[in-house]
Amino acid sequence: MRLEAMTLELTHFTAALLFAVFASVVFGITQRNAARDQVRYGLYCFVMFLGGVFTAGWVMWLVRR
Amino acid sequence: MANVSTAKPKLEAEKLATAQPQITRMSVLAPALGWLIPGAGHLIQRRWSRGVLLMASIVTMFLLGLAMQGRVYRPNGGDILDILGFVGDIGAGGLYIVTRAMDWGQGAIAHATADFGTKYIIVAGLLNFIAVADAYHIAIGKKP
Repeated sequence: MRLEAMTLELTHFTAALLFAVFASVVFGITQRNAARDQVRYGLYCFVMFLGGVFTAGWVMWLVRR
Repeated sequence: MANVSTAKPKLEAEKLATAQPQITRMSVLAPALGWLIPGAGHLIQRRWSRGVLLMASIVTMFLLGLAMQGRVYRPNGGDILDILGFVGDIGAGGLYIVTRAMDWGQGAIAHATADFGTKYIIVAGLLNFIAVADAYHIAIGKKP
């Protein structure tokens, strides 16, 4: 059975966004004990991931110029 | 005086950190099951919401990687980077076994997103390693 019919083509940003969501959920659950802390840490990781994406994007834009 | 009041909790925290983990049946079963089925290590310990969220995140990430035509590494890749890729992939446990058995994850270079897919699959496995360690910590009582 092949999966060739199911090729999913995401943009760079969508792929990075989904990556950030899933990684943040796992980091939040595993790195903190209390439920409230887990949510806060998960959101913190998500923001840091997104911040990294935008920072890297602007750095590449500057390097290209 | 202040030193006396802060010394007791500090001592208890040190005692907890240095305490020998209790090896129980659950401390072996939960990580093993969590590796085979992502999130199951938490579910078996009745951490329902955590287990479901971990399962949804890791399984979805792995499947998205496959749908993006990501490559699944073989154990005998030869190249050191291939071996590291395999170490990441194997973390997904049952998902990796099923993928290999079905001969999925061949990696189509024709698709620009295939490289994303390969990374998604590796990271899904690595995240499952973290989830397995967390299930173990719950089983030995180090984490609530």
